[in-house]
Amino acid sequence: MKKVLLAASAAALLAGLWLAPAQAEYLKEHRGGTIRLLARSAAGTLDPHINYTDQGWQMYQPIYDGLVTFRKAEGVDGFSVIPDLAEAPPTVSNDGKSYTFKLRKGIKFSNGQDLGVNDVVASFQRIFKISGPTSGTFYAGIVGADKCLADAKTCTLEGGVVADKVAGTITLNLTKPDAEILYKLALPHAVILPADTPAEDMGSKPIPSTGPYMISAFDPNKGMTVSRNPNFKQWSEEAQPDGYPDVVQYDFGLSEEAAVTAIQNGEADWMFDALPSDRLGELGSKSMDQLHISPLSAWWYAPLNTRMAPFDNEKARQAVAYAVDRNTLVKLFGGKVLASPVCQVLPPDFPGHEDYCPFTKNPGAKWSAPDVDKAKQLVEESGTKGQKVTIIVEDTEISRSIGVYLQSVLTNIGYVADVKPISPNLQFTYIQNTNNKVQMSVSQWYKDYPAASDFLNILFSCASYREGSDASINISGFCDKDIDAQMQKALDLGVTDQRAADKLWAAIDKQVTDKAPAVGLFTPKRLDFVSKRIGNFKFNPQFNWIITQSWVQ
Amino acid sequence: MSSQVAAMPRKTRGPWAVAFAKLATDRAAMASLAVFLIIVLACFSAPLYAKWAGTDPFASTLDAVIQIDGADVPVMEQSTEGLGLGYTPIGPTWRLGNYFLGADSQGRDVMARLLYGGLDSLLIAGAATIFTLIFGTLAGLIAGYFGGITDTVLSRFLDVLWAFPIYLLAISLSIVTIAQGIAIGPIEIQSGSLWLPIIIIGIVYIPYVARPIRGQVLALRHSEFVLAAINLGVPGWRILWRDILPNITTTLIVFVPLMMALNMLTESALSFLSIGVQPPAASWGTIIQDGQALLYTRPLVALVPGLAIAVSVMALNVFGDGLRDALDPRSKVRLGRD
Repeated sequence: MKKVLLAASAAALLAGLWLAPAQAEYLKEHRGGTIRLLARSAAGTLDPHINYTDQGWQMYQPIYDGLVTFRKAEGVDGFSVIPDLAEAPPTVSNDGKSYTFKLRKGIKFSNGQDLGVNDVVASFQRIFKISGPTSGTFYAGIVGADKCLADAKTCTLEGGVVADKVAGTITLNLTKPDAEILYKLALPHAVILPADTPAEDMGSKPIPSTGPYMISAFDPNKGMTVSRNPNFKQWSEEAQPDGYPDVVQYDFGLSEEAAVTAIQNGEADWMFDALPSDRLGELGSKSMDQLHISPLSAWWYAPLNTRMAPFDNEKARQAVAYAVDRNTLVKLFGGKVLASPVCQVLPPDFPGHEDYCPFTKNPGAKWSAPDVDKAKQLVEESGTKGQKVTIIVEDTEISRSIGVYLQSVLTNIGYVADVKPISPNLQFTYIQNTNNKVQMSVSQWYKDYPAASDFLNILFSCASYREGSDASINISGFCDKDIDAQMQKALDLGVTDQRAADKLWAAIDKQVTDKAPAVGLFTPKRLDFVSKRIGNFKFNPQFNWIITQSWVQ
Repeated sequence: MSSQVAAMPRKTRGPWAVAFAKLATDRAAMASLAVFLIIVLACFSAPLYAKWAGTDPFASTLDAVIQIDGADVPVMEQSTEGLGLGYTPIGPTWRLGNYFLGADSQGRDVMARLLYGGLDSLLIAGAATIFTLIFGTLAGLIAGYFGGITDTVLSRFLDVLWAFPIYLLAISLSIVTIAQGIAIGPIEIQSGSLWLPIIIIGIVYIPYVARPIRGQVLALRHSEFVLAAINLGVPGWRILWRDILPNITTTLIVFVPLMMALNMLTESALSFLSIGVQPPAASWGTIIQDGQALLYTRPLVALVPGLAIAVSVMALNVFGDGLRDALDPRSKVRLGRD
């Protein structure tokens, strides 16, 4: 990883030198104006150490910075981690267990405070003090994290995050090597905030930031105003480029239909929510130049509870996987332009992905057609025919449609099925709660960072299943000791040889798919509808549209 | 002339005959009843219509192809212009038995679902009305007749129930029971059962019936014939059954169409919010919900069930008004002129 980062930073330097005059020129020409964004609702808390939503993470990109960050670029380049507040890639020592970062000098927060090593130490402590949603997973490998997890209030991370004020360095010590630690440090949950930021969820109160923008006003029921940070001076165009608009106005509360109309009329520039399905045809034909279709590293899937009848029977699970017509699901999502059929866990073009589909008419690399006869035969063989199955779905247009379709499929192959749409605010928590004994559900998983473990290890490892918890992300309750051991091996292997690790992840992906703890439905694509005045649209594969790299004048 | 008529022995009609005669002359009420009966008949013919049309209104048929004027037409039409985004369900063909009102987003025949939806809506509204009337009347009779502590406890309970906004209470009860159903001792109602919306709607409207009934019973309790029966030692239950209940029957009859209308609206609202009738079953509320996502391209999917609800509710209300006029003793002055 170190070598990769060094190479990346060299390339970045070259690219930066080549691009610098062009960006400066563009900035001069297009700088200014207000971008108006729309969303049905706010993304929850403003606190970047807590917010765990796509909507929030996208908006944080021009506001907050970590020691490292994902390159603000399109395509696969956008997946590479580069130094941000750190001057250079970290120095790795102690057999891959220590990472030393040298902090850039002269950076100020939007409130005028200087950024220092104390802020870094305090920020890492804060992740635990506020019991951040990923403190027990992504950052649990930091020395001292176990004590912080046991008693958050007294968290010091002693020996885990060590600052050297004189040298201006921070050393991060891990309990064991972690191939994915830089990805984790590049996420908004590890951004650096002022040391005096209260150790509590800041809710609607903006926290000072280091990026080119800062949150200047926020009302969760009305909107958010993001304006220029007066103390920002660009230090790395690839890590944190200056933006074009002077203000980003994000308004909440408008329905999707109304948002489309507002964009068509030039009253708004972009909407976060998915476009209403009955407007797709019209927009796809009349507003083609305002639409941007981008691939997503995501998975729509139907978890099957492997600890409950009838899906505690492998044949019953495979029967469902054979019977589901992925083309129909793609149709429900808006057609082949917006989604592709899948059978396996890892999305296309993702580390560790190798095309694989055993549950189709002609098993092989790609899905071709459902095999309903085979499905019916498997249901007979499993002895589960006639059993009752309830499918829990989100009460949204797409999810409900998928639920109704799956109910038809299950009825067709011999089950007595019904669908329960539950409020989107509750459904994800409901299906994760093992006490609710959910047999089947429809869910989505969007990558946190580009690593196979973010799908396979999180969704299907034994450790991800927590009996009696309402945060059991292994919704299927799948636990195979053999596969678990291989996952651990792949994680360890990634420290020294990521390519070999990805090979192993590909094999694990196939084994998990064969066991069918969940039915892969399709891989979605992101459809962005922007106003005519939006120029320079850039889509980053990690955090979606890079809002402030577009101009409006 | 008038003196001759007065001298002739006049055949007296009973109060029910007078009421029905009065009702029969109310054209608006009779027309509304006819409209409502046509809707009921149409809805009860849903299984026959689906069988005749060869369609399953509960199964997704996204790949179905139908024939119109000899040409094959897919039920879900993909956009062929520009980027080819999205699928649009087929619009109304105006051919009975062949997607007369078009398809919904699952490729299902909207006409068949409309009839099935009406059947469920009517069944739920009807059963909930019976539930409300039975328990509302019981509560009103007991509270009004026995008075004292019984009245205080029952009335306060009804007050508490009444204090909640009806829809808020119905939505809260539905959300609590929607995923797991109800299991109280030997009584178990599964989450997808129609009994859930029936009971929930039935419960929330009990005070609506119980309070006026209690008031009437309270007045009757102090009437001379009831006091006489009490003094003669007639048991309470017998007085309630033989003397008081017959005197509140007209009120109960007037309640039937009005409660039906209210219950239909409540059921539609709950189903629209996904907490009433559960998919793939249909009710007019669920069809409106399905059609909400198609308002731009296929507005009829939402408009037709909306219209069905509006017509049914209006018919029931107008008929209810006519029934009240016919049965209301205060209108006997007018009846005398007939």
